[in-house]
Amino acid sequence: MDTSFRLLPETASTMASQVDALYFFLNAVAAFFALLIFALILYFSLRYRRRSESERPAPVATNLKLELLWTIIPFLITMVLFSWSARLFIQMSHSPKDAMRINVVGKQWMWKIQHQDGQREINALHVPVGKPIELMMTSQDVIHSFYVPAFRAKQDVLPGSYSRLAFTPTKVGEYHLFCAEYCGDQHSGMIGKVVVMEPDKYDAWLAGVIPDEPPALAGERLFAQYGCMACHGQRGPTMAGLYGRKVELNDGTTVVADEQYLHESIFDPANKIVRGFTPLMPSFRGQLTEEQVMQLIAYIKSLQYSQSTQEQQ
Amino acid sequence: MTTVPYSSSLGRETTYLNHSHKIRSWLLTLDHKRIAILYMISITFFFVIGGIAAVLMRLELMTPQGDLVKAETYNKLFTMHGVMMVFFFLIPSIPAVLGNFLIPLMVGAKDLAFPRLNLASWYLFMTGGIFALVALVAGGVDTGWTFYTPYSSNYSNTYVVLTVVGIFINGFSSILTGLNFIVTIHTMRAPGLTWFRLPLFCWSLYATSLIFILGTPVLAITLVLVGVERIFHIGVFDPSLGGDPILFQHLFWFYSHPAVYIMVLPSMGVVSEVITCFSRKRIFGYAFVAFSSVAIAVLGFLVWGHHLFVSGQSIYGGLIFSILSFMVAIPSGVKVFNWTATLYKGSISLQTPMLYVLGFIGLFTIGGLTGLYVASIAVDVHVTDTYFIIAHFHYIMVGGAVMAYMAGIHFWWPKMTGKMYPEWWGRFSALMIFVGFNLTFFPQFILGYLGMPRRYYAYAPEFQALNVLSTAGASILGIGYLLPLLYLLWSLRWGKDAGPNPFRATGLEWKTSSPPPTENFEKTPIVNEEAYAYHRMEMTGDTVATH
Repeated sequence: MDTSFRLLPETASTMASQVDALYFFLNAVAAFFALLIFALILYFSLRYRRRSESERPAPVATNLKLELLWTIIPFLITMVLFSWSARLFIQMSHSPKDAMRINVVGKQWMWKIQHQDGQREINALHVPVGKPIELMMTSQDVIHSFYVPAFRAKQDVLPGSYSRLAFTPTKVGEYHLFCAEYCGDQHSGMIGKVVVMEPDKYDAWLAGVIPDEPPALAGERLFAQYGCMACHGQRGPTMAGLYGRKVELNDGTTVVADEQYLHESIFDPANKIVRGFTPLMPSFRGQLTEEQVMQLIAYIKSLQYSQSTQEQQ
Repeated sequence: MTTVPYSSSLGRETTYLNHSHKIRSWLLTLDHKRIAILYMISITFFFVIGGIAAVLMRLELMTPQGDLVKAETYNKLFTMHGVMMVFFFLIPSIPAVLGNFLIPLMVGAKDLAFPRLNLASWYLFMTGGIFALVALVAGGVDTGWTFYTPYSSNYSNTYVVLTVVGIFINGFSSILTGLNFIVTIHTMRAPGLTWFRLPLFCWSLYATSLIFILGTPVLAITLVLVGVERIFHIGVFDPSLGGDPILFQHLFWFYSHPAVYIMVLPSMGVVSEVITCFSRKRIFGYAFVAFSSVAIAVLGFLVWGHHLFVSGQSIYGGLIFSILSFMVAIPSGVKVFNWTATLYKGSISLQTPMLYVLGFIGLFTIGGLTGLYVASIAVDVHVTDTYFIIAHFHYIMVGGAVMAYMAGIHFWWPKMTGKMYPEWWGRFSALMIFVGFNLTFFPQFILGYLGMPRRYYAYAPEFQALNVLSTAGASILGIGYLLPLLYLLWSLRWGKDAGPNPFRATGLEWKTSSPPPTENFEKTPIVNEEAYAYHRMEMTGDTVATH
């Protein structure tokens, strides 16, 4: 990591240089108005300084044109800033379809990361350069925030729901990973590094780490271990082909069975009951960690249509 | 001209200060001026506590590794700093001290509309303060002044409930003070004092009072819910109890963003009074300045979501809060331009209050312009929760609100005490505060863009140089604040007698003696001209020179 004194952070993602461009424009706008005001105040203070105690300057009438001028021009500038920054924000919120998905769980006070093939890391994230990455993140306890200054990327990590952070690294190197939301005693110790590698080096790194069970396999094991199949598929709704599908609920509404819905159905199963079923399922809150829930979701995601059509026949 | 002769200032006549010296006459006083003094003493005390916490934090941050205090202690320090400075100093500062003292004088009344309620407000304020102090002495609280859930409700092992109860009680003091100001401004204006002849200080406190009344109850109930979740484990905010942590952030910022305007609107009122007096000009664009206060107060209620850009709010939610936040910049800019234009062709005297006000305009300009960065949603994603935010809001709250409070204290000190502050020392410390402030907080903009997160007890080594600069600045700033405390106390005994109107200012408060008598005016004044009619003011005569 480069620890020399500098005025700008490293630029290591596709968004970083774009955010910097807007930052430079903001600097120019701010410098212009700040210097204008400072110069006017200085000039007026000297030019019109009180020369005698009995001075009584004539009043200056309010000038409507001037008032409109300094209302409208700043308004136009702010609209330029708004549309520029909104465009960037929409761009950074969008994650491409082919993004590499990595699971992140924040807990007091560490980052636990699991790659798709099962490799685990703590307080470090290895990614290949040039490939879009999407992190699926949740917290085991309080709110944290996953922040990589070199990518100009930050997203709060919440307990009880999933948030996503997408970025595409552009430069090989090691970068700071900070927790940016205050989370208790060791908040400032909840730090780590993001290591951006050449794709071949990344593959070698992946091969060199003894992987844990891949999340989907671990999920399958948990599914058996907790006896989920005793109901699901029989008295309870089947999991096959569930992920991403629209589900009809008891109250007549529908939801899409995404990560958030699956998470809620494991911890608060009575909240959303699938049409035609009775609320029998107990809550698994306290029995499963957030990482295990992510593994179960990975397993459910792996049960795609080919399999489900076979089962139904 | 106003048609009331003021009593001469030959001294020894009965004033609000000397009609009785018994402790009881202070603690049970119904006089708005005495209550203002009670507030001034109390908030100075809380400012000192918050300041000590800041000094310890800045010392810890001299080195990248944690060494001076423990991490837990550091977390309690920044919480105490925030709680004391925001709830027990900044929010009451100008309204409860200067507003209390001046509003009845400025509208030509004998007192506020509800004097007993006014005294009750001070007792509520002190009760709240004592709760917060007890929490501090018992071991402190470590949630940050923002009390984010579920950390505050179910994880922190510190005195959250005590602190929250203190802030809850203190909130009622704000609400009742706001109510008192609104009723007073509506019903007790002197004959001839129409709305558009009101000094802008009254307009800005009117707008502030609206926020007090509309916003404070939301904060109060939010903090009650945190307490309820903490004590009874009833799920409101903690997802493990079925709650929603983001709901807390919405509720908290629904009050706490407008609270920024509670701090800065009264400052704008002070600026309008001082800048007209020391340039002997009426305010440029009076109506624009008055209505921009109201616009800021109204828009200020619609921008809370800009604190949640990375919290998981929807993209469209984020975009709407972004555009509304840009809107607030417009009336703020209008004010800055109008104040600057007020200087044009004026008769400018750079006495202490004016130095503070020019400092205010400069620092508020930087604070406001950096607001554009954080309203720009894509830039905010990078800088939120970093030192950039710390720098930005200190430019508004310290560079803005505290500078204006200092300007106001110096400007009305002669009116409040009958004594002049020492002019040289005043100018010297104003300059020290300006320099110290910039050296403390400007490096933090750079630190923030580099990515140093806020509330970090230990940090990466490359951030050290800028942190050392910041700590150096803070030590200058600290001395800058200590000096006025000393020379203002000194002036009580040794200061020159001020006379009724040492700065030759317009406004009804200057038409009575200094310090004023308990009933403020011998006869109800009658107003027959606009505010800031400096061009019609008599500038010769025997008013005490101020150099």
